[in-house]
Amino acid sequence: MIDFINLYLVPGLTIGSVYALGAVGISMIFGILRFAHFAHGDLMTIGGYGVLTAVWFIPLHPLLLLPVGMALAIGAALAVDEFFYKPLRKLPTIYTVIASFGVALIFRSLAQLFWSSGNQVFVSGVRPPMVFFDTFRISELHLQVIILTLIIAVALHFFLTRSKLGRAMRAVSDEPELAAVAGLDTERVVRWTWVIGAALAATAGVFAGMDTSMHPNLGWNLLLAMFAAAVLGGIGKPMGAIAGGLIIGIAEETATFTWLSDEPLISPSYKSAVAFFIMVALLLFRPQGLFKGRLL
Amino acid sequence: MELTGLFFYLVSVLIAGGIYAVLCLALNVQWGMGGLFNAGIAGFFAVGAYTSAIVTTAVSTKHLGGFELPIPFGLVAAMIVAGVTGWVVAKICVRLKSDYLAMASVGIAEILRLVIVNESWLTNGSLGIAGVPRPFGDLVQGREADLLYLAMVWLCVLAVYILCQRLYVSPWGRTLRAIRDNEDSARAAGKDVDWFRLQTFVIGCAIMGLAGALSAHYFKFLSPSATEPLLVTFLVWVMLMAGGSGNNKGAIVGALAIWFIWSATEIITSRLPPEWITRSSYIRMLLVGLLLQFVLQKFRSGLIPEKSPKIRSD
Amino acid sequence: MSALLSVAGLTAGYGGVPIIEGVNLDVAEHEISVIIGPNGAGKSTLLKTIFALTARSEGEISFAGKEITGLRTAQLVPLGISMVPQSRNVFPTLTVDENLDVGTYAAPPKDKEKVRENVLSLFPDLRGKLDQAAGELSGGQRQMVAMGRALMSEPKLLLLDEPTAGLSPAYLEIIFDLLLDIRKRGVTILMVEQNAKQALRIADNGHVLVSGKNFVSGTGEALLNDDAVRRSFLGGAAA
Ligand SMILES: Nc1ncnc2c1ncn2[C@@H]1O[C@H](COP(=O)(O)OP(=O)(O)OP(=O)(O)O)[C@@H](O)[C@H]1O
Ligand SMILES: [Mg+2]
Repeated sequence: MIDFINLYLVPGLTIGSVYALGAVGISMIFGILRFAHFAHGDLMTIGGYGVLTAVWFIPLHPLLLLPVGMALAIGAALAVDEFFYKPLRKLPTIYTVIASFGVALIFRSLAQLFWSSGNQVFVSGVRPPMVFFDTFRISELHLQVIILTLIIAVALHFFLTRSKLGRAMRAVSDEPELAAVAGLDTERVVRWTWVIGAALAATAGVFAGMDTSMHPNLGWNLLLAMFAAAVLGGIGKPMGAIAGGLIIGIAEETATFTWLSDEPLISPSYKSAVAFFIMVALLLFRPQGLFKGRLL
Repeated sequence: MELTGLFFYLVSVLIAGGIYAVLCLALNVQWGMGGLFNAGIAGFFAVGAYTSAIVTTAVSTKHLGGFELPIPFGLVAAMIVAGVTGWVVAKICVRLKSDYLAMASVGIAEILRLVIVNESWLTNGSLGIAGVPRPFGDLVQGREADLLYLAMVWLCVLAVYILCQRLYVSPWGRTLRAIRDNEDSARAAGKDVDWFRLQTFVIGCAIMGLAGALSAHYFKFLSPSATEPLLVTFLVWVMLMAGGSGNNKGAIVGALAIWFIWSATEIITSRLPPEWITRSSYIRMLLVGLLLQFVLQKFRSGLIPEKSPKIRSD
Repeated sequence: MSALLSVAGLTAGYGGVPIIEGVNLDVAEHEISVIIGPNGAGKSTLLKTIFALTARSEGEISFAGKEITGLRTAQLVPLGISMVPQSRNVFPTLTVDENLDVGTYAAPPKDKEKVRENVLSLFPDLRGKLDQAAGELSGGQRQMVAMGRALMSEPKLLLLDEPTAGLSPAYLEIIFDLLLDIRKRGVTILMVEQNAKQALRIADNGHVLVSGKNFVSGTGEALLNDDAVRRSFLGGAAA
């Protein structure tokens, strides 16, 4: 039992936190701009590398240097929106999807160009995990990731329900035309959507990079699970996306647990298929997700 | 010497360009005619490549088969297996709306990749399959074989082109375009939209499988890391957008144009100092990414636009 | 009599095709004006063009003695105009309270609490539902939320597009009574209405729009008694 918690549940929550933070942005962008942002994983990569570079110059804990990665990711997101997505807004959204597919490649080749294509670690050396109650083990990083994600989730909840900007974002996501009738500045809402989505993506990118290592494909490899999380939580429901991310993370990890026999239920090498099947099943049978998100 | 070297370089560019043209025609069936977004092109390409390799290689303990059948059997089998894979996928996913299908297709590509890497009994895993035969491999070798292969690839391009062109002008193709341009009114007119989409997806996947087979017999060796799947998928998208989606000639012209640009930049960058060569491939990728943005914004109808103008901007 | 809203020679449409052509319209302060006309006449288009939601190609609009032609919607709200669209006029996943709050964003009132109290005093039914998602309410209650949201910016002029569409006859009465209450609080109303007879009864002035052009205008009573109008536009309406 304790093995299940230490080796499956905690890693599931950790990777789930990464998915959750990435999926928030995907869900908000889907809700407000109405397209699936294929470059969101690579935005995470950019944010991760931003912090990695900062760590080379400033000898601080990577998490303290998060703002550097956030700034880089926010700048990148605002730039691609301005130059690549905005000119396509009047067209069917699938064109923006194609554009974002191209932006994913642009981000990745920039990462390879500036930071080489190999693996790079934030801090070398292995730290022993912390032990609680003699048997519960958790690494310091995993604890930090899970706690920070929970804090972000709570802050996001208050932002979306209490602040003017958060409510305006939900309003635009709900009924963009009515939002325009109410005189809301839609472009400003769009800008803030990118700011928040990119900042959280950078955070997720750093978490993922610290958990394993930074490499140019880091974000793209997480994209599928984040799409699944966004769909699971209901499109346009950032809080749903957080729940969706955690559920997908836990589902992926625990699907490899020895549930029925001594063999893992699903071979670990097929872990990433779990997210896909959850996503497709949802899209077919409950496209509004768990929390009644919007439908295309 | 320089000149023959250049000539055979051109031959190799044209062979690869032909294979891309087949892929581009396949995507044109799915996206250009059917409006189906597929980000998993490389997956179906790989299915075709492995199928043909397994069907035509000599018996081996390392992977399934081989069955040592003649190459045409390999090509046909590649189309069938890729088509059936596409059918399974379409059965599940084709009802999904545009963006959702796009998201799902990323997953499909990933799962196909996982199967190829993990199921060693089938594909020899990451070690790959060697000794894939070339047609008439016993008769001609070396550069002359390349010429022969060039002819074969472009025969396939021609065959696929004729097929696609027939499809496009047929009543079937017209219905398909009607669905693409206005799904609701096509549905209201009593068309079985999902059935048409399923057929489209399967035909496209089968053609992608053929392209995969052609590349397997060209390179004679296959492994999961031999191609960068995302790059292939992406290049094909850029080719179709630049060529003119919805137009079969445009698909071929776009494939050649982009592949020429891609190859020409390779020549240029191969003269760079060694420490720059690896980087230069990233610069090329970056430039293709930017090229796509340009095409999407300023050049959406492509080099050879579809004749009947689209009525889809809303 | 100087009009609060004055529209002169307004032409507008979608994608270059004009839907309304050369429409003239004056709305005096504190009155209820009704636009009636057959389906597809361009009534909604007229309201949307006044509110800068549809592209205008010709004509002038002035409001409170000020030229507002060419201003954006977000600029019109602070000047004192709001609108309730014909359909999809609430934010369904936002609570009733949040819907009202969003109504203040484009033109923040000095004392938000007071405005909110004022609006809720018009719609006492909503008080018990403030924390409920607006999408879960009945049609009539949603219409109240929509009007409430529009009133939160303290408009001088309220544009309403078919406020009674799809409502039961009982609710129809309630809404029309509400309109009179709203007017009493100093808000001028310009609305499109399908229930032409009832609307003309409470209206000061009416405008009949046919095929995007002015057909006839007059006081509510005059239109009710006009033979041509009665025959063509009021015949089928319920007593
Ligand atoms: N967004 C739009 N794009 C293109 N055409 C439109 C649009 N909205 C309305 N139209 C067209 O403009 C014409 C007038 O529409 P409008 O909605 O203004 O009429 P209406 O008088 O309000 O009708 P109803 O009583 O049905 O509400 C119609 O022919 C309609 O098809
Ligand atoms: Mg109308």
